[in-house]
Amino acid sequence: MFYIYCPYCGEHREEEEFHPKGEAHIVRPEDPETCSDEEWGDYLFFRNNPRGIHHEMWVHAVGCRKFFNITRNTATYAILETYRMGEAPSITAESRDDRASLDAPAETETAENQEGVRA
Amino acid sequence: MSNTVDDKIKTFDTRTTSRVPVESPLTYSYRRSGAPAPGKGSGAVLRERPFLGHLVLRGGAIVLDEALRAVLDISLPGEPQALVVDASGERSVQWISPDEWLLIVPGGEEFELENRLRGALGDAHFAITNVGGGQTVIDLEGDAASELLMKSVVYDVHPHHFPVGKGVTTVFAKTSVILRRPTETRWELVVRRSFADYIYRWLLDAGEEYAIGVER
Amino acid sequence: MSQPNRLARGGRLDRSRELSFTFNGQSYRGYPGDTLASALLANGVDIVNRSFKYSRPRGIVAAGAEEPNAVVQLGSTEAAQVPNVRATQQALFEGLEARSTNGWPNVQRDLMGVIGKLGGQFMPPGFYYKTFMAPASMWMTYEKYIRKSAGLGRSPMEKDPDSYDHVNRHCDVLVIGAGPAGLSAALAAGRSGALVILADEQEEMGGSLLDSRELLDERPAEQWAAAALEELAGLDNVLLLPRTTANGYHDHNFVTLHERRTEHLGETAPQAGGRRQVRSRLHRVRAGRVVLATGAHERPLVYGNNDVPGNLQAGAVSSYIRRYGVVPGNKLVLSTSNDHAYRAALDWAESGREVVAIADARPEPAGELVEQARAKGIRIIPGAAVLEARGQNRVTGARVARVDLEGFRVAGEAESLECDTIASSGGYSPVIHLASHTGARPTWRDDILGFVPNLVEGVLAAGGAQGVYATSDVLADGWSSGARAAGETGFDALEAQLPHVEARHESGSVALYQVPHEKPTLRGPKQFVDLQNDVTAAAIEVATREGFESIEHVKRYTAMGFGTDQGKLGNINGMAIAARCLGRSIPEVGTTVFRPNYTPVTFGAVVGRHCRELFDPERYTAMHQWHVEHGAEFEDVGQWKRPWYFPRRVEGRMESMHEAVARECRAVREKVGILDASTLGKIDIQGPDAREFLGRVYTNKWAKLAPGRVRYGLMCKDDGMVMDDGTTSCLGENHFLMTTSTGGAATVLEWLEVWHQTEWPELEVYFNSVTDHWATMTVTGPEARKLLAEITDIDLDREAFKFMDWREGMVADVPARVFRISFTGELAYEINVQANYALHVWETLFAHGEKYDLTPYGTETMHVLRAEKGFIIAGQDTDGSVTPEDLGMYWAIGYDKPFSWIGKRALTRPDTARTDRKQLVGLKPRNPEVVLEEGAQIVFDPDHAIPMPMKGHVTSSYYSPTLDSGFALAVVKGGQQRMGETVYLPMADGQVHEAEIVSPIFVDPKGERQNV
Repeated sequence: MFYIYCPYCGEHREEEEFHPKGEAHIVRPEDPETCSDEEWGDYLFFRNNPRGIHHEMWVHAVGCRKFFNITRNTATYAILETYRMGEAPSITAESRDDRASLDAPAETETAENQEGVRA
Repeated sequence: MSNTVDDKIKTFDTRTTSRVPVESPLTYSYRRSGAPAPGKGSGAVLRERPFLGHLVLRGGAIVLDEALRAVLDISLPGEPQALVVDASGERSVQWISPDEWLLIVPGGEEFELENRLRGALGDAHFAITNVGGGQTVIDLEGDAASELLMKSVVYDVHPHHFPVGKGVTTVFAKTSVILRRPTETRWELVVRRSFADYIYRWLLDAGEEYAIGVER
Repeated sequence: MSQPNRLARGGRLDRSRELSFTFNGQSYRGYPGDTLASALLANGVDIVNRSFKYSRPRGIVAAGAEEPNAVVQLGSTEAAQVPNVRATQQALFEGLEARSTNGWPNVQRDLMGVIGKLGGQFMPPGFYYKTFMAPASMWMTYEKYIRKSAGLGRSPMEKDPDSYDHVNRHCDVLVIGAGPAGLSAALAAGRSGALVILADEQEEMGGSLLDSRELLDERPAEQWAAAALEELAGLDNVLLLPRTTANGYHDHNFVTLHERRTEHLGETAPQAGGRRQVRSRLHRVRAGRVVLATGAHERPLVYGNNDVPGNLQAGAVSSYIRRYGVVPGNKLVLSTSNDHAYRAALDWAESGREVVAIADARPEPAGELVEQARAKGIRIIPGAAVLEARGQNRVTGARVARVDLEGFRVAGEAESLECDTIASSGGYSPVIHLASHTGARPTWRDDILGFVPNLVEGVLAAGGAQGVYATSDVLADGWSSGARAAGETGFDALEAQLPHVEARHESGSVALYQVPHEKPTLRGPKQFVDLQNDVTAAAIEVATREGFESIEHVKRYTAMGFGTDQGKLGNINGMAIAARCLGRSIPEVGTTVFRPNYTPVTFGAVVGRHCRELFDPERYTAMHQWHVEHGAEFEDVGQWKRPWYFPRRVEGRMESMHEAVARECRAVREKVGILDASTLGKIDIQGPDAREFLGRVYTNKWAKLAPGRVRYGLMCKDDGMVMDDGTTSCLGENHFLMTTSTGGAATVLEWLEVWHQTEWPELEVYFNSVTDHWATMTVTGPEARKLLAEITDIDLDREAFKFMDWREGMVADVPARVFRISFTGELAYEINVQANYALHVWETLFAHGEKYDLTPYGTETMHVLRAEKGFIIAGQDTDGSVTPEDLGMYWAIGYDKPFSWIGKRALTRPDTARTDRKQLVGLKPRNPEVVLEEGAQIVFDPDHAIPMPMKGHVTSSYYSPTLDSGFALAVVKGGQQRMGETVYLPMADGQVHEAEIVSPIFVDPKGERQNV
């Protein structure tokens, strides 16, 4: 059960107040009519599903009704930041890679350890 | 009755001056579920304040604030979750979203108020929508009121976190309410008409252990 | 009846009164303060259950949540049945009735036991997978048999008389466990002023302090605990929750606490002050910091026949003696790898019963407790362990021998000792279940021979949960964790104030899990690892031999740690055995993780108040009371209760649905009917860019819609598929009122918002829901104009107020907006008034409507009438795979609009542009008496071999009184080009219906009736 900081309400709120809306930063092509079928298909259907850092759009549905973005680690469920629509994330998979030299072994081990089943 | 400010926006007074029967959202609930009278041991007392004027204001905070001060002598709360109540306690404006406020005034004032606000706002980009028929206010008081709310809403109602002058939209059981704290002792729930009966029955059920009573 | 094992004094009991209870129909007595388990032991009850797989007799092993055997069914009546209760966690109350969950016909004389003894060989590890793999069709049979013989209790078959609820709490510091670590942490955090919740699963808070031999500040430990609790109870910022188990740790410090409020008082909640009490409560806690002070479980040793009743954890023996005044036998043999377990022998001896011997696996045990035992003259056998228990229904002896731990072999001649109780201890396992719920793997520590939790942000662990066991260290660790938690949530902790505890000299422990036996594990007596799931050391060895090397696979294969047990006693031993068999170390083998819930939670607590009449919100319109009073049958549409039809009493009996709907349909087509349409979504749209916005989200054109006019609109997603439809009225140049389907109201509003907020924030427009503000009543039928004219000042002249116009005026003395739109194909007026006046207007219409036979109709008639006209319902005739072109609604597609509206581009994708897509058509059954089934599949060739190529399906189907025939809407591949063709609908019962593809408009194709 997430605890999500709404960047518009300025405080943490319970997950029940929010709805996830899929991957963030999907931009509708400026001129759809000149898109190839493949480009249009990419926009419509293809989404990233990374293990690790991911940017997601959420809406504070039972609250201010504003859409915003979350940078979340899909492996640990840690929410690293939330930011308003139109803003860029300060944490990305790339920015995390820069630091990877320091904690890469730990990350790998964690990932391995988190495989498997539960009773 | 009806008044077109200009040909762009159609305002409409939905109230009648004729004496016709009128039913609040809880009228059906009283018939269906009854309304236990409050007693000495009642830890929670519930009261509907029906037929108030409810206007949703949309727009930029600065222009709305100017208009509201000019028309109603209330300043618009700019901070999230803020609720401002006028000296009489009868008029309030609550932050709902960065571009949305809920204005509640005594029933019958809302149409004239809307027109005066529209006049004051002029060409600014804004919207005012009358939603008075679609929601009602339920007051909740008593020693156990906040405990009853903890059983009902997911939002933290501890006084450290929910001081007087705060209001939020949040999850109530399996629906939503606007929850406000206008005074030290009184909570207000702004509920949607179609959900009012569910919320009423929930409060009676969850309030049973506090001997909840209903003032009518 | 006497309580043979009850000590004359001692224990935290109220001996001033006795309680009577029954177990498996037999009456016993105990005292307030007992658990069911302590009372059973006091009464000398050895066998409490039969085991899961082998049906062996089992007794009580533990004194707390980790008890694997004494899992009972409670309840004297059907309604009061509760399964899966641990006897060690159930307080005794007057009249308690409990039964074993296993054992048929009873635990003493168990028929399954015979099968178990033979059948054990036929139930090797992986027996589910091996034995019951094939044939798959037999699984249901096997399962029934397995469930009957396994049995982990059953649910009540009658309505639960109790009530349950949920409470949402927020705090700065949640401390889980009120033993020495938890109390100390709570004191540190509580004194700092932080909001603290302290939860503990036991009947009394205090944890190990309640049966400790130690002195804190020169006082018995329990007195310090009492003083600490008194202080905490006096702090306004601290909430104490006894009898409350933290069952699940969820994301971001969200913890569910299950509080059993009245379970200790009786099987149903007693009244308090004449009011119903809540029986149990789920606290949904969001904590700033969580301190896990969950302690440690003692690990029993794994030796032969270690499951025979009379084998207990060493610590449990101490608990029963000191806390409950019960000594669970007469002659004790203790087998241990450490000093701590000596407490059991000391307590046993001090209660006046015989300690036969202590088998200590260490060659030279020398700690303070060891010396105390020696001083009492207790025989200590160094370097030894119990190899095997003797006895069937109760321990009668122990075989003890010197063991070579390195070589995993018996190193000397075994000696047989006569005893009735064997206590064992292999050290402690920190209770890391909650930390494990986060998904983080624990870390093995060789120095404490246990896994300690890896903690995610915001979680701290203190004391036993962290592998800290000495009381003075535990108290200090608790304090510093509590202080740190408070500090991290913004509170300054005070200087630590800890009681003085005499330091105790200890000798180190040795690693002992499975005790070697003279025979190889596979041939020796059964050595149980997981008592609840009947997993033996041999089973684990077999699993590793069969190639299961991952501990997760070993676990799946053997069922170790499954279900309600969650590996509390057995997991570490199991891993150690797997490690031994695989020639690896325990950390190399790794551990499995645990899942919520820590102990079983009743469905009542999970469901809370969300049941019965409050299961889900029921939304009502302003006319609901009238519908109820007029006998409406209701249909759920989303959360709304909508009148489905209004059956009447005709000639002394109630109409059937079919009759009522036929009558309602005729009333609309011939006279006038009225529908409560308040549930339609209504969105008020204001702003200079409102029109532009509509043009982008609707498929059709909005540029020229004038104030006073209404237009039907179709909405697609960007994949070109229809998502919703409705009418939108132009109220002013910059002002529109959009309607949506009943179910689509919230979705459409969010849809408008997402496009506005994320793609086109530059458009000046606002959207507000006015669904609840307006009540809507549709008056429709040939007489509609005449009826409405009686109560309105609006000019209804057909030229002044045309089809697809809207007007405002007074209706029944109430301001109203009236829309001339039609979903029935008849002349229709949709009257909208502020909801508080709705009932008055509705009743006024009826007062005037009598002479026109005004007939209320419900959603079923609405469906029939609209389907006769070929009007779709989004979500019924469409399913997210249907384009406007598939619906044949080319007239609603603005191909040449300047902006590439949502859904347009997708219409030219190759798949969307196919000509053989499923397209909307009408179906006329050859036999007019047939009403096709909605969802029925359509084929072109009924003689085709199965599987037949499916060419479409029925989306809507009804009987039409107007046509006096069944009729349907359907989607059929290439259907628009197949008018007049015959299709077939093979049904499950073997019948094949024939139908003709026709236009979806069955009535008044030119639309003349609605235009009158």
